[in-house]
Amino acid sequence: MDKFRMIFQFFQSNQESFMNGICGIMALASTQMYSAFDFNCPCLPHYNLAYGLGILLVPPFILFLLGFVLNNNISMLAEEWRRPQGQRGKDPAVLRYMFCSMAQRAMIAPAVWVSVTLLDGKCITCAFCTSVPVETLGNASHPHLSQGEIQRVLARIPCKEIYNGQQLIANEVAIRYLRCISQALGWCFVLLMTTLAFLVRSLRPCFSQAAFLKSRYWSHYIDIERKLFDETCAEHARSFAKVCIQQFFEGMSTDLVAARCHLPRKAPANAGEADEKLLGITDQGTMNMALKNWHRCKPPLHLHPPALPTGNGWAGEGQPPTHPSAPQKETAAYYSWV
Amino acid sequence: MDRFRMIFQYFQSNSESVMNGICGLLALASVKMYTSFDFSCPCLPQYNMAYGLGIMFVPPIILFLCGLILNRQSLVMLEEWRRPPGHRKKDLAVIRYMCSSIMQRAMVAPVVWIIVTLLDGKCLICAFSGSMDPQKFVGFANVSTVQAQQLLAKVPCKDEELMRNTTSRKAVTRYLRCWSQALGWSILLILIIAAFLARWLRPCFNQATLLQARHWSNYIDIEQKIFEETCCEHSRLFAHKCILHFFESMRQELKLHSFSLPREGEGDEEGEDLLQGITDQDQVNKLLKTWYYEKPPLDVSQAHQRHPLVRERSPLPWADNTSTHSKFPQHTNV
Repeated sequence: MDKFRMIFQFFQSNQESFMNGICGIMALASTQMYSAFDFNCPCLPHYNLAYGLGILLVPPFILFLLGFVLNNNISMLAEEWRRPQGQRGKDPAVLRYMFCSMAQRAMIAPAVWVSVTLLDGKCITCAFCTSVPVETLGNASHPHLSQGEIQRVLARIPCKEIYNGQQLIANEVAIRYLRCISQALGWCFVLLMTTLAFLVRSLRPCFSQAAFLKSRYWSHYIDIERKLFDETCAEHARSFAKVCIQQFFEGMSTDLVAARCHLPRKAPANAGEADEKLLGITDQGTMNMALKNWHRCKPPLHLHPPALPTGNGWAGEGQPPTHPSAPQKETAAYYSWV
Repeated sequence: MDRFRMIFQYFQSNSESVMNGICGLLALASVKMYTSFDFSCPCLPQYNMAYGLGIMFVPPIILFLCGLILNRQSLVMLEEWRRPPGHRKKDLAVIRYMCSSIMQRAMVAPVVWIIVTLLDGKCLICAFSGSMDPQKFVGFANVSTVQAQQLLAKVPCKDEELMRNTTSRKAVTRYLRCWSQALGWSILLILIIAAFLARWLRPCFNQATLLQARHWSNYIDIEQKIFEETCCEHSRLFAHKCILHFFESMRQELKLHSFSLPREGEGDEEGEDLLQGITDQDQVNKLLKTWYYEKPPLDVSQAHQRHPLVRERSPLPWADNTSTHSKFPQHTNV
């Protein structure tokens, strides 16, 4: 009991740090994904931009969705949002709090990907190499090259092996220029994200602390309640199954005894515990019959009351209680407004 | 009692060391970031200065903000600053103490970045190579000003064709690196002397006020943590009661509608308790459906008023009778 309570407390008080841990792992995973990804610029005029911007923007979107998928609380949020009101009102502030905290955590891995991509520079170099200012950086006066030709030459900047425009603009100069722009963008992006995070975190105590405490308490409560309910149901299912199976074995043994017309032998007063656990099945044939019946004809999901001492379980010599077509009297009044 | 004392001691001794640990991790992270960052100077006249100084000053700002965000105590301090006085006066000395300790810890990682940058030298070489006086260096003395500017701007790029292996480029690089490292070591020396003096001379001034401020700032931190823990504990107990009450009311409803005689006495007491009177597939389905469609109200005070004759059943596995009844007798209707 103490152990359960300690574990619960650990998860509850550390739920935030648990979610932060998942966040950190996803951020590291996104860095690893980027370094393992083999970036191959196509070096063709119209494809460069699409490829470069695609690599910059599509994986963050995937990581964002993944952040939501991996978060267990998303189903809790959806359930709380869609449930009928019933006897308990719904508080939109709690829903907003849950959604915001999930979205904030899901944004970290995409932000890391975008930062790493920009600071590395390959994507921007690939995407914008055709927009390099040739007039300032190279020889714009290079003779007789049409606009299309120039575009094609510039598009090959990221691919050093096939670059043939050294007279137009030096390859290193262009790459350095583009990388400088990319890194500047990257640092500005990181600065912006950090400033936003700082503002969000530090302005909250100044404005809505009481509302925040309320929303946080009730969102934790909903989570705990759901977990406790699941535990209660699991415990109930265990007891249900235990009693159901016990009644099955009892019914089985009573049934067989009735079929063989033996008098039920009342267990002697000093019967050991092992005898009780045998549930009245004490030979191979009976056991085989029990197993066969368990497979062929499972008992209904309906626990009848424990047998009275007069043993009316076998008085009728017919219908063993395991057959589904004999409902007990107490449960005949099922109401149908379920 | 013992448990509370252990927890107190843990929080007291470790909130400072947790913050110091975060501070150290950020400092290491800043060194790692610098070494893994691919510094590439643009080697263009107007861009060099912006790039070099940008790399030197923008990441420290980011690290400073990160240091503030990751430090839990900054939130505590803000809350303490902005709360209405209520029954408890605010002590500005405590807030000032917390603020200064947060700032000191947040400044470590930016300072580490700046010092590593200066000791490495690449940033300063990139930023100030264009500001060198061409007359001082042999290779740049005989060219026009504009060309000299261009050439000087290309000094940081070793693989630049024009500048490869020229002694003038190496001379400029060495000169700037020497200045950069001198600046780096000087800043480090000054900071360490300042830290040493501050720590050594502090007991000479206002030691009593300092002890008070430190005690109360620790207190506020611990109080906040314990409040959150208590709320968690409370919501767990609340949920437990709510669910028990729900099962009980389900059982009452089913009894009411099935006209069965209440069964007392024989039978598997513990099993029946755990089953809560729900012994049928349809009943279980109804219970689950009601749980979704009509969650019970957040009010467990009626558990004791509505069913006074309900006998106390043995507790569910995670509950402890003593704690359920002793801790929060009043907190039932939030």
